Amino acid sequence: MSPEKNTEEPSYLNYKGKYKGIFSWIFSTDHKRIGLLYLFSILSFFIIGATLGLLMKFELIAPGATIMDAQSYNAFFTLHGIIMIFAVVIPGLPAVFGNFLLPIMIGAKDVAFPKINLLSWYLYVTGVTLVLISQFAGQGPPDTGWTFYAPYSFRTTNTMLPAVFGAFVLGFSSILTGLNFLVTIHRMRAPGMTWLKMPLFPWSLYATGWIQLLATPIIGITLLMIVAERTLHIGFFDPTLGGDPILYQHLFWTYSHPAVYIMILPAMGAISEIISTFSHKTIFGYKFMVASILAIAFVGYFVWGHHMFTSGMSGTALYTFSLLTFLVAIPSAIKVFNWISTMHKGSIDLKTPFYWAMAFIFVFMIGGFSGLILGSLAANVHLHNTHFVVAHFHFIVFGGTGFAFFGAAHYWFPKITGRMYDTKWANIGLVLFFLGFITLYGPMFYLGFKGMPRRYFDYDEVFHAGNIISTMGSWILYSGLAIIIINLFSSLRGGKKAVSDPWGGKTLEWTIPSPPPVENFTETPVISKGPYDYK
Amino acid sequence: MESLGNEKNHIIPYRTFLYVLAGLIALTLTSVTLTQISLGTLTVAMALLIAAIKSFFVLRIFMHLKFEKRMFSIGVTAVALLISAVIIITLLDYLYR
Amino acid sequence: MSAHAEIHRDDLASKTGMWLFLFTEMLLFGGLFVVYSVYRFRNPVAFHLAAGELSVFIGTLNTVILLTSSATIAMSVTAMQKQNKKLTLLLLGITVLLGIAFLVNKYFEWGGHIREHIYPGSSVLALRGQGDVLFYGLYYFMTGLHALHILIGLVFIGFITVFVVRNKVNPENFVLLENSGLYWHLVDLIWIFLFPLFYLIT
Repeated sequence: MSPEKNTEEPSYLNYKGKYKGIFSWIFSTDHKRIGLLYLFSILSFFIIGATLGLLMKFELIAPGATIMDAQSYNAFFTLHGIIMIFAVVIPGLPAVFGNFLLPIMIGAKDVAFPKINLLSWYLYVTGVTLVLISQFAGQGPPDTGWTFYAPYSFRTTNTMLPAVFGAFVLGFSSILTGLNFLVTIHRMRAPGMTWLKMPLFPWSLYATGWIQLLATPIIGITLLMIVAERTLHIGFFDPTLGGDPILYQHLFWTYSHPAVYIMILPAMGAISEIISTFSHKTIFGYKFMVASILAIAFVGYFVWGHHMFTSGMSGTALYTFSLLTFLVAIPSAIKVFNWISTMHKGSIDLKTPFYWAMAFIFVFMIGGFSGLILGSLAANVHLHNTHFVVAHFHFIVFGGTGFAFFGAAHYWFPKITGRMYDTKWANIGLVLFFLGFITLYGPMFYLGFKGMPRRYFDYDEVFHAGNIISTMGSWILYSGLAIIIINLFSSLRGGKKAVSDPWGGKTLEWTIPSPPPVENFTETPVISKGPYDYK
Repeated sequence: MESLGNEKNHIIPYRTFLYVLAGLIALTLTSVTLTQISLGTLTVAMALLIAAIKSFFVLRIFMHLKFEKRMFSIGVTAVALLISAVIIITLLDYLYR
Repeated sequence: MSAHAEIHRDDLASKTGMWLFLFTEMLLFGGLFVVYSVYRFRNPVAFHLAAGELSVFIGTLNTVILLTSSATIAMSVTAMQKQNKKLTLLLLGITVLLGIAFLVNKYFEWGGHIREHIYPGSSVLALRGQGDVLFYGLYYFMTGLHALHILIGLVFIGFITVFVVRNKVNPENFVLLENSGLYWHLVDLIWIFLFPLFYLIT
């Protein structure tokens, strides 16, 4: 981690500012340091969440209570969900790679509001602290699932308020990040970088910013309503007072469905960068990619009811949401087609990030297709609340966002750290992770199809074999994960020094030293070409 | 990158604000009077229509949208449409149960 | 970041950021309008009757107060542009006083209802029926959240007033004043819709 020999400026890692030691990090308004603060927090919570998952899978290795009782299992899957959704995958790519790379990729020195950026991180830490407090305060940890469905969420005697407030604060963090990125992209692109010369990762962050801005307030107010139910008995979702629990679901999913596009759009953006670079070819159909990103964000706002097909909604609502759900799949399909077309006749460089991208496409397609199955009304009646759904969202969220996160981590590792990771161990980790992933989640499609419900700590003997395979998959996955993470950490010290452009990439981050200086560019770049100029 | 301050800002005369305020108060009193006369279901529609007109003037003049870049007006309109769309789609459930 | 940040000021970015924040506030209340729409649809008569119990006089008075305060803060921007610091401060002061008057009215209005045991969770309210519970639940929640925003707005304007006094906000640099105005106008806009939905659906 020492500065590049050719620059006069120290790298952002060695920069000596007003504060010393840890304070130079936690008081820093440098987008690069904030990105790493997020990386540290998010990775920590990911490990906690993954460990919870591991333990849940161990419980499910056999019918009946294996290592925990029903109430504990409920608390486990609740915390697993809250952490993974609100503390890992939603902030995930935007907070880590968006913060680090967005200004650089558009030729700027920082984001529009650096202090608000730091505030976003403080809010993140506050939010997750509240969530953790909920585990130990008062009446037992939350047991409602991360979805906090009414009426149970206001009737349960378990502690709910810290978790609900934690989610609220995390939402505020997300809103501020989105707001910051939107203004940054609008106002701070380098001279010559018109909208249609901007790379796809910033484009994806732009669309994501709009979703963060416009969808998150809805869950904010909904969580406040839950607080009002619990504390004031306000009656919005209480059937005994005239309220409708289904209205809670409408409000909750009006945010939480667009939220999955917050998760996947930056992932797709990162994958576009990786595929273009390692195919040494410009992205096929750049304009269609941009249009698809925006279309996904837009249409994704109107499909929330597909989480509620069996709730008791009207027939009109059912077929409206089902139709819109099928429509939203189209732009995603366009993107997959364009990624493959980018690779076609490209000069492929088989490196770790590219392997992650290929794995992404594979699992994302499976997740996506299973989503179409769930979007079909008749099939949904049979599959709702079974392990089929669990498989679907793990393939598309863990597979999608997760794989893209690891791909991005390896792709941008040299730029961020100034080191190369150990390729052999990175690839071993990937293979183990991938095999573990398929083994863990693949059987769940079958188990769900056969009728195994989700969120149950127990199951009928007929599901036993599938569960054994799945649980063993979790061990393989977890080992792969350990290897990947340990490899990246050990490469921080022992890795080969990285040059500015180890991969032959064409976007702006590869024109500056690895690691970058504090103000990114010594001279503001002037853009005249498109983002993937490989000709 | 030079400073992008407020050099070219348009100044709205005090009088304009006072005229708009007078109009807004007039509209308010109108809506109150009209709702005292019951017009059935039209009453609420009319009250909301007047609210929309008042909002238009607050946005356009008080909030300066008339003189700002068009993207702000487009943004406000889009957000209003989005909220309306969410309400309408949610009502698709309740209307047809 | 170094002193470079101060030199490179971008007022349009600042204003854009404020508008984006206003969008989040619109959606925050938007969620409540969804709830209102659904329950009004399901309980038209009860809402109609309950609305009749609210004082149209206080509601109208508060509407006029807020509209006027919007005008005064808008005029304070003109005063700033015309380099009239005294008038700017006077108008800001009137805005704040009007805002406080709104809150005082609200206090008495709510006090009246609470004295009659009409508040969320009260057994008196529950006995009146589900439509009333929902109407008053929405009434307290929405006007309460709105009042909280008035308070936040007053604090914001308070800070800006101090900045004006200290010339930190001045005719060469007053985007913060404009932004505080925008926030205040939004609070006014929300009330423009709350007023008919609670007081005029009679």
